Formats: sequence, structure tokens, C-alpha cells
Amino acid sequence: MLITRRSLLVGAAVLATAAGCSNGGGAAPSSAASSAAAGGAGGDVGVFTWWADGSEKEGLDALIALFKTKYPKNTFVNLAVAGGSGSNAKAKLASDLANKNPPDSFQGHAGAELTDYIDNEQIEPVDDIMKALGGASVFPQTLLDLITVGGHVYGVPCDIHRANMVWTNSGLLSKAGITAPPATVAAWIADLQKVKASGVATPLSIGGTWTQTELFESVLAANLGSSAYTQLFSKGGKWDAAGVKQSITDYATILGYANTVSDGDDWPAATVMAADGKAAYNLMGDWALAEFTSKGLTWGKEYSSFPLTGNGEQLFGFLADAFTLPVGAKNAGGAKDWLNLVGGAEGQLAFNLKKGSIPPRTDVPSSSFGEYQQKTMTSFKNDKIVPSIAHGAAVSLAWSSEINTAMSAFYQSRNADALQSALVAAHAKYAA
Amino acid sequence: MTGLRRWGAGLVFLLPSILLVGIFVYGFIGKNILTSFDQVVTKSGKVRAPGGLENYATLIGDPRYQHALWNLLVLTVVFVVGTMFFGLLWAVLLERSVKGEGVFRSIFLFPMAVSFVAAGVVWRWLLSPATGEGAVGLNQLFQYMGMPWLQSSWWSAGQFNMAAMAIPAIWQLSGYVMALFLSGFRGISLDQREAARVDGATEWKLYRHVLFPQLSPVALSALIIVGHMSMKMFDLIYSIAGPNSYTAEVPATLMWAQMFQLSDTTGAAVNATLLLVIVAVVVVPYLVYTNRSEKR
Amino acid sequence: MSVESTVRPARAVALRPRRKTRSQRAWSSLQMLLLVVFAVMILTPLYLLLLTSFKDPASFNQATAWFLPQDWSVDGWVKAWDRLAPAVARSLLLATVASVVSSLLGSLNGYVFAKWPFPGSHVVFVLFLFGMFIPYQAIMIPLQALMLSVQSSAPWFEGIVVLILVHTVYGIPICSLIFRNYYATAVPTEIIEAARVDGAGAFRTYLRVVLPVSIPAFVVALIWQFTSAWNDFLFALFLTTPNNGPVTYALQALAGGQNPDYPSIMAGVLVASLPTLIVYIALGKYFVSGLMSGSVK
Repeated sequence: MLITRRSLLVGAAVLATAAGCSNGGGAAPSSAASSAAAGGAGGDVGVFTWWADGSEKEGLDALIALFKTKYPKNTFVNLAVAGGSGSNAKAKLASDLANKNPPDSFQGHAGAELTDYIDNEQIEPVDDIMKALGGASVFPQTLLDLITVGGHVYGVPCDIHRANMVWTNSGLLSKAGITAPPATVAAWIADLQKVKASGVATPLSIGGTWTQTELFESVLAANLGSSAYTQLFSKGGKWDAAGVKQSITDYATILGYANTVSDGDDWPAATVMAADGKAAYNLMGDWALAEFTSKGLTWGKEYSSFPLTGNGEQLFGFLADAFTLPVGAKNAGGAKDWLNLVGGAEGQLAFNLKKGSIPPRTDVPSSSFGEYQQKTMTSFKNDKIVPSIAHGAAVSLAWSSEINTAMSAFYQSRNADALQSALVAAHAKYAA
Repeated sequence: MTGLRRWGAGLVFLLPSILLVGIFVYGFIGKNILTSFDQVVTKSGKVRAPGGLENYATLIGDPRYQHALWNLLVLTVVFVVGTMFFGLLWAVLLERSVKGEGVFRSIFLFPMAVSFVAAGVVWRWLLSPATGEGAVGLNQLFQYMGMPWLQSSWWSAGQFNMAAMAIPAIWQLSGYVMALFLSGFRGISLDQREAARVDGATEWKLYRHVLFPQLSPVALSALIIVGHMSMKMFDLIYSIAGPNSYTAEVPATLMWAQMFQLSDTTGAAVNATLLLVIVAVVVVPYLVYTNRSEKR
Repeated sequence: MSVESTVRPARAVALRPRRKTRSQRAWSSLQMLLLVVFAVMILTPLYLLLLTSFKDPASFNQATAWFLPQDWSVDGWVKAWDRLAPAVARSLLLATVASVVSSLLGSLNGYVFAKWPFPGSHVVFVLFLFGMFIPYQAIMIPLQALMLSVQSSAPWFEGIVVLILVHTVYGIPICSLIFRNYYATAVPTEIIEAARVDGAGAFRTYLRVVLPVSIPAFVVALIWQFTSAWNDFLFALFLTTPNNGPVTYALQALAGGQNPDYPSIMAGVLVASLPTLIVYIALGKYFVSGLMSGSVK
């Protein structure tokens, strides 16, 4: 589902970067890992992605073009399948993996979403490649920690999105007398009340179930703080803690300021409410930028945004795409060329410019990116990085589905105890 | 001509179909049942499915499955009652000669030609739960018509939410039931009506004692067809509520989630087997009954 | 329900005109009123569909969704067509091939069931019928596994090709039923016997005697199969992708969630429904017969 969600970004990213992008490649430092035989390992390199449309396709195309110039001996085979979030594309990948007929590399969400593949011994660690790419000297240590499973890294991250952003309608906020972003969840609730008192019927706009999960995870991280929040996903995670309970209470209060929605509603309608002044706030990942940009609005003028925080920390709720090295890949050498490309600075620059996300590497020059992306890159360097539940960074797909189910049930019942015990049960079932 | 030569030809004609149906229907059903008893242990030693009948106990004991069954029950009851009611009502209205009969019949039937997916896209919009100022779809229409009390959260909230999911299904299939009943009415000879009228029966009595009883085989057919459709319903719910809505979840959509969200093929196979059993309980006696009465 | 009796046009039974009493006149008005009210209710979604599809995507506003367009525009149609055209072509191929093949098989089967039975053929018939009613979820997991494993050694076996096979196979039961019921009533057994006495074999009899009179049943079976293959979504979702699947899947991808462009979505709904609607309008009578045959008897 992320696919199309992000693809709307293309407009924004292209517009924002049209000026600076003309000669971006030249400025990039050469990849540390280009030690592979000049021109690549040779042979076909089949890469599976679900980037078949919009900005994601453009990003992939940019990577492919670069791959061809850097590794002319390899032949790239594009195995992109639309609709990767559901159904047959995934079934096909799963079946190919099970039948020992894997692509040479495939895309997945970095972090816990890869655990199923790891568990089934379908992908290999990429520690060597990550080390050759520069390891902790170019990737933030916190990010590396979050994508390390059992002491190994299993995917090379190629892009980063931020999940915990609250988008605001400047007009409505100034009417309510709100001038600064809230420093805590409690302060945000107070602001929501102010907005409501100023005559706005729906201070906050939300969408279907996964957007509610994203809202809840942001509240949870802000209340618990980065380390306690990240702890939740380990084996000893304490989902029955008082802090989780408090977050559920806060979340219920916040829902009280929101519009009525259906499970299947998606995010654009909710974001547009904030853009159109029907809601003052909307919490959504940074792909929401495109909705505002497409309406000709300017960040900092008609609208603005802030990350939901607490405990005096700045939090960066992250999700990332990564490429893997399947066990038994026919052309492992070619796959490594591909991984070196997507993990290298040059590849990350070309890809993220088109896709509208930011590079996980900290040594990619920010100058050619748009203003918003530059700010995000700075935050990514300085803030505490926490993994997103809704987007597979913190938990496996099955676990995240279970949490979504609990959130959907909670939307109906508003039964805090039931939600907490469902969260505890999901942890018991899926935590490694 | 010997018996063997005589019926051997029939068998040969039928053989390709017997093989195809044998493999694709009965072979696969068997394979699916086998899968449902699988034991699944991950490489790291976590038991995903205990194996055997315990797999069934696990699913049946899962509150999520029970919730899906409840949704299915509400959906089926409202859908079946709704289509039977409107189908019969429209048939009665059209069965007596009326101006524009053909036009009305076509209108009532047209939703049947549209796919569930296409209809679902429209109904997803019509059944939007927002009320008041921000209302869209039907709620917005009620707002304009000055009847805001008719606004509803539809399928999005409440214990009986699936009653609202039955509305688009009723919209699509009532015409089908109507067509069945119309053909039933047509099968009743005119003499019987005249005879009843000569006896001084009122219109109501004519329907109640003469016509309706003769429609009961048609009603049974309609009931079975509509009922089993409801149990299998997937496209419409997927299209209206999105691919993984818990609120509108029924066993058929849960199976999709089990396969592609929960990576639980075994659970999906258990669910599918139970769904087959539920449908078979309704359909098999009917097939046996109709084929026996046909032979007679 | 035999095809013959339902194919027969309109009402064989017309009520004899009688003088109307006052209460009958009141009933007539009520009857008309009810029919109009119900017709309006049924057509409401269609009204919204048509209206929205002709609105300008750029200026579309949910708040005025029920009102006539300010600026009429076909942009939505153009966009929808661009997105759906390849899938429409694939669906046409799928529905045409699958319906023709399963009708041919159904015709042969129906002939055997009705006129050339063998010991146990009745049991086979009932077993076929049950195949018509099963929830396809119950066969989906093995089916998907088989298709994917064939695909891994034969890469061309994907998308529409897979669906053609699947719809042909699962269409056999209903087609066999349609033809069996038709032959049972429309083809007198004496003709078959006569052909047999003349020394014609089973297949010759089928070609010479049965096939030429099968056209009404073919029309019914073809329409039924065409619409169900066209409208299917479940098999498409499990066995194809929006890139190589039928139009229902492509429509779902177009309308699924993130796209706020209602005019093109609604135009897409109409584009994806047009072929079956045309079939329905042009051949409505047979369409109804097809519906009827679902009722087994």
C-alpha cells in the first residue's frame, strides 16, 4: 500500500529539486564499495520490487540507468510487480523463495518485516557489503541497531521516510491562538481543545485503520521516550506498562477530536482536510507533503508540520526500504553489485531525488534536495530514531496486522483495557 | 449394440471434464484439507500451527474468527431476508399486468450485470460514515433532503454493522430473486386463478392460498442460491471496506488476511475448509432433494 | 428451470381484462407508485456514477457531489480509459475464450447427461453440480500453488492465460447444467434413437442432430460465462497482478484508496462495466435465462 501512497510525492520532489538536480551526480562522493571488478560480475541480475508506478518507478529507473553505466557487464532484469503490498506479487515472491528459485535481490521494508525471510533462512546477512559501504561511519548507528537482527544486518537500506509528522493548517491555528508546536502529547491535547473551542468541528483529521496505527505509535513513542518505546518490540517488551496505558488513554482523547472514518479510508482525504482548512491537524508520514504542494501551498505559510515529541527528545519515526541477498541467488556477484549501488552515495542520491524520500547515508550532499527534504535529513542526523509499527520497521507484517486489528476494534469500542490486552497478546505471539 | 459400446462413448465425451473437475474441484479440496492439518514450526522453533485437529480448535477459539462468523451471520440474515422480500414484492408488483413492465424489470435487474467490484467502488462512497457538515454519499443526500435523522455510520460501527454491508448486496441481487419468482408465477396456469376467483376468493386469499404455495420450490431455490452467495461474498466487502478491514471482516476476507498479512497458510486452509463445510451443509441436502424429486 | 421455457419471450400469461373497481384502481396507482419509488432507489447509484464521471477532475468537490456538473468534462473518462484500456483488452480475451471453451465442453457433457447416460452418470452430474456451489476459497491455496509452480518452469503461463484455464474449468459445471436441461426438453429422445437406428455413433449424432439445434443454449451459456469471467475478482486477486490481470483488478487498483480523483474512478467503474451492460441491454432476455439456470431446476 505504501507504493501509491508515496508515489504522490513525485510532483513535490521533482518540483522541489528541478533547480538543483541538473548536475547532482557529479558532486557525490564515490561509493566506498566499488571495489568489485570493474564493470560488474556479468550476467543477468533480476531484481524484484513493487515500484511499478509513479515516483517509485522513476526512482527505480534512475537506479537502473546508473547500474547500467557503472556495471556495463551486467544485464538488469526488472522484475517489478505492481501491488506488492498485497496478494499475488507477494505470493509469487514467497513461492519463488520456497521453490529455491529466488530473484537475485528483492525489496522489503528494512527492519522487523524481514524477520520471516530470516527465520526461513531465505536471505543472507549483508554484513560484508554494509561494512564495505562504510558501515557506521556513513549510516547512523541507531539505524543500524534497528535493522540488525541476531547480530546481522539482512538488508541494505536505500531510502528513509518519516512517519511521525503532524501537519497543521496555519490559518486555523492562529485563529485558535496557537503559535508554537507542542512539546508533549499532553500539550498537543490542550492545543486540540483550544482549536475545538475556537469553533473548528474536527480539529484533527484521520483516515482508515493504518493511519490510526500510525497516530497511536507516534503518541506511544512520544510518551514512552525512544528507548522504552524501542524496548517494546524486544522479547522482554512490557506492553502492560503504565506508560502504554497512559498512551491509550491519550490516544482515545485525541480520537475524540477527530472526524468519523471507515476502515478502508485512505490518507489523502484526511490530509486534504488539513490543507483545505476543514481540520487543523493531520498526522501523516512525510509523503503528505505532496498533497499540500499539489494544491500550491507553501510550507511555513499556509501550512506547517512538526514531529510529535515528548520527554525533551526529538523523535524521528522511520520506515525504510531495503534490498536483500536471497539464499541461492543465481547471480550473487551481480546481486552484490546491485546492493553496492543502492547502498552507495551516488545511487542513494539519484534514487531519493526522484522518489522524494531521503537517503539513509549521512554523507549524501543535501544541497540538491528540496528544502523540506533537507530539513528531514538534518533531523535524521540529530534526532532519536524510532521504528514505525504501521510500516513494518518495528514489527513483522503479521504482528503489525494484529495490531491493526486491535486498533480497528478499539475505534469501535474505545475499550482501553481490551486494546492493551490485545497488544500484550500480539507481543507474546510474535516477539522473537 | 452392446451396452459397453453404447455408454462407453458417453464416458469418453465426459472424460476430459471429469478429469478437470476431479482435479480442480475434488483434488484441490482434498489437498486443502490436508494442508489444514499441517504442523508448522519455524526454523527458530516457534510453533505457528500445532497440527491436526488442534489447528481447527485454534481458529475456532480465536476471537477474530468468531467476530468474522458473527459478521457473516448478520450479513447473511439481512441479505437473504432483504433479497427475498424485495424480490417477491417486485415480482408481485410486476406479475399483474402493469404499464412499462419491461422497463421496470430491466431496471430492477440491471445491477446484476455489474461486477461486485465496480458496484463496491460506488457503494464505498455512498456508505461513508461521516455525518453532519462533512457528510458524503448517502448521508449527504439525507442532509440535503432535510432528513438528517436517517444518517448512519453504516457498516463502520456497531454490533450489527454488517446489516449495512447487506444493502449493496440486496441492491445487486434482489432483481435476480425477482426474476426467479416471476418465472414461478408464469408457471402457474391461468385456470387456477380463474377458478379461485369464481369461488369468490379475494386477491389476498388467491395469493396466500393458491399462488404462494406453488412458489415454494422457487423460493427454496432462491434461498439456497442467495444464501450460499452470501457465505462466499468476498469481492463486495473487499471493494467497499478495503483489503484488510477488521470491522467488516467475514471468513472469506479473513482468509485473504491470513494468507497475505499473517503468513498463516495453514490457518487459511482451516478457514477455507470450514467455509466449505458451512456451504455444504446448506447446499448438499438441497442438491440431493432436487435431484431425487426430479427422478421421481 | 429449463432454458426452453425461460427463453420463450415475455409473458405467456396475460390476465384477462376485467372491469376495474375503485379499490382496484387504487391498487393500480399504489402499484405504479411503489414501482417508481423502487426504480428511483435502484437507479440512484447510477445517477451518481454518471454525474461524477462527467465532472472536471480538477474542480471536483465532494460537497457538491449530488449536483449537476458546473463544467462538463470528459477528462475523467480519458484518464480512466488510459489506465484501464489494456486490462479491458485482456478481459475481453479472457471472457471470450473461457466462455467459448467451457460452453463447448458443457454442450458435450449436457448431451451425455441428457441423452447418452452411462451407469453412474447421474452421480457424476450431481458431483459436477456441487462444484458450482463450492466457495472458491476452498480450492484457492492448492490452485495458487499449482499455478505458481507451473509458472516457474513455463513463464508464459501467467496472468490471463492462467485465468482462461481457471474460468474454463470452473465454468464446466454450470455449462453442463444449462445444456443438460436444454437437451432434456428441446431434443426429443426419439430423434436420437432414430439416428442411432440409422447407425450413427454418439459423436455423429451429436454433430448432426444435437449441435445444430443448440444455439439457444449456447447463447445462454456464453452470456452467463462471459459475464461471470468478466466480473470475477477473487481468482484475479489470487492469481494475477494489476499489470497482467483483468479489468476488475485494474479497476480496484485505480480506485483503491489513495486516488482522490472521483471523476476518473467513476468513469472507470463505467468503463469496466460497459461490456456486461451492453450484453445485458442487447441480450437481456437470454441474460435472464442464464440467471435462471443458476437455480438448478
